[in-house]
Amino acid sequence: MSATYAYYPGCSGLGTSAEYDRSTRAICKALGVGLVDIPDWSCCGSTPAHTVDHVLSCALSARNIAQAETLDVAGIVTPCPSCLTNLKTASHRMRDDAFKGKVESLLGHPVENRLPVMSVLQLLAEAIGPDRVAGKVVRPLTGLRLAPYYGCIMNRPPEVMEFDDCENPVAMDRLMAALGAEVAPFALKVECCGASFGVARRDVVMKLSGKLLDAAEDVGAHAMVTACPLCQMNLDLRQGQINAANNARHDMPVFYYTQLIGKALGLGDESLMLDKLVVSPARVFHTMEEAQRAAFQRAESQGASVA
Amino acid sequence: MNTISLDASHDADFVRQVEAESGQNLSLCYQCGNCTAGCPYTSFYDIPVSQIMRLVQAGQRDTVLSCKSLWLCATCESCTTRCPNNIDVARIMDVLRHMARRAGHAPEPAIKAFWDSFLDSVKKHGRVFEMGVVAGYMLKTGRVLTDADLAKDMLPKGKLSFRPHPIVGRQSVIEIFKRYHEERKS
Repeated sequence: MSATYAYYPGCSGLGTSAEYDRSTRAICKALGVGLVDIPDWSCCGSTPAHTVDHVLSCALSARNIAQAETLDVAGIVTPCPSCLTNLKTASHRMRDDAFKGKVESLLGHPVENRLPVMSVLQLLAEAIGPDRVAGKVVRPLTGLRLAPYYGCIMNRPPEVMEFDDCENPVAMDRLMAALGAEVAPFALKVECCGASFGVARRDVVMKLSGKLLDAAEDVGAHAMVTACPLCQMNLDLRQGQINAANNARHDMPVFYYTQLIGKALGLGDESLMLDKLVVSPARVFHTMEEAQRAAFQRAESQGASVA
Repeated sequence: MNTISLDASHDADFVRQVEAESGQNLSLCYQCGNCTAGCPYTSFYDIPVSQIMRLVQAGQRDTVLSCKSLWLCATCESCTTRCPNNIDVARIMDVLRHMARRAGHAPEPAIKAFWDSFLDSVKKHGRVFEMGVVAGYMLKTGRVLTDADLAKDMLPKGKLSFRPHPIVGRQSVIEIFKRYHEERKS
């Protein structure tokens, strides 16, 4: 990989999803993907901006696109699906000259809008690919059964996001399988978790995220794996609230996919920040290691009996 | 169920305005109900999304702009993705929210307060400061105990930043908001 990409970290990476940002940077480095932070990047406005006005929302994203254009890069990448949606929507709608003109008028300067925008997941799935990731695995995740959860907007709407399947995405499934993990058939891959309503309407998140945890448990997953800071926060940080609200007893770790790639590549705790997860993954890692030991012993005894 | 006299209450300007602002052809909706079937928020809505589409076609401005559903839509894109006629339904919901805001409706005041507090933070620092957003929300709503139960999980993890991360080009972000407000006024 010789290409370098402009990296848009997103605001939550500075706080509630620090482990996503850190592990993303660590695995990209390990896999030979060059990332350069967009200089002096600003917030995309997330959902609140596009609920107020589309030109305002696109102007906030266009500022970052213009900042990225000052770099010598092949494209813009971001780990966060909400940032991704805003960047891609801005880029998509600015193909219309009249709309671009309105955006530039709010922005106060022109923007070329020439760089492709994609998620870090898309970059890893397409430019690196599961096979090359598999080739770098030193500590396989054999015995870990995962429910892959993409969240609602990584792949939708397909005309804008242009990545994977909008109803049944598989990019993360394939990467997890490449690490040796077992991928459970999880039907709610693209169902919404309740988004940012956790603060203002907690009941919404309790119901929608509760359903996701129930479904993951129903398919026998040991853990969920996500690609979105908001989904991760709702499912992990709010899991206690969800249990209390729904009279449930979930104890389901919710990883960022980047943390699991990093673990399989043998990266250290410092870059994976597994200790930031509220639901501790210690128990499921223990189960995984037990399963690996048992399989190893079975293979050894079979080998012995053959000999 | 409410009955509506279409002759008495049809607002043709409203229909035209929604079409112009969303870039969508409203008459393509034939009420198949796919958007409502896939909408995770239907059980929280006062009017399901397919009925909102029908009410917009029927020019029912006030009924649409004052409903709670507009504020509870999370833009999960289910409706847009599954519409057999390629109507960008989520974009229409967004445009209706813009219009509801301008008309002074906010039937879900806590949600509006959260979004406003978020944008205040973007305007002030250039990047969102999560602690500041929640503090601003508490000030606006008086709900000072919001998520207090999460503190025991969050604080030991050091996941919350106690300081904003202002950017050098803060002024350029302030200018974007300023020009936006000026355009709105004119």
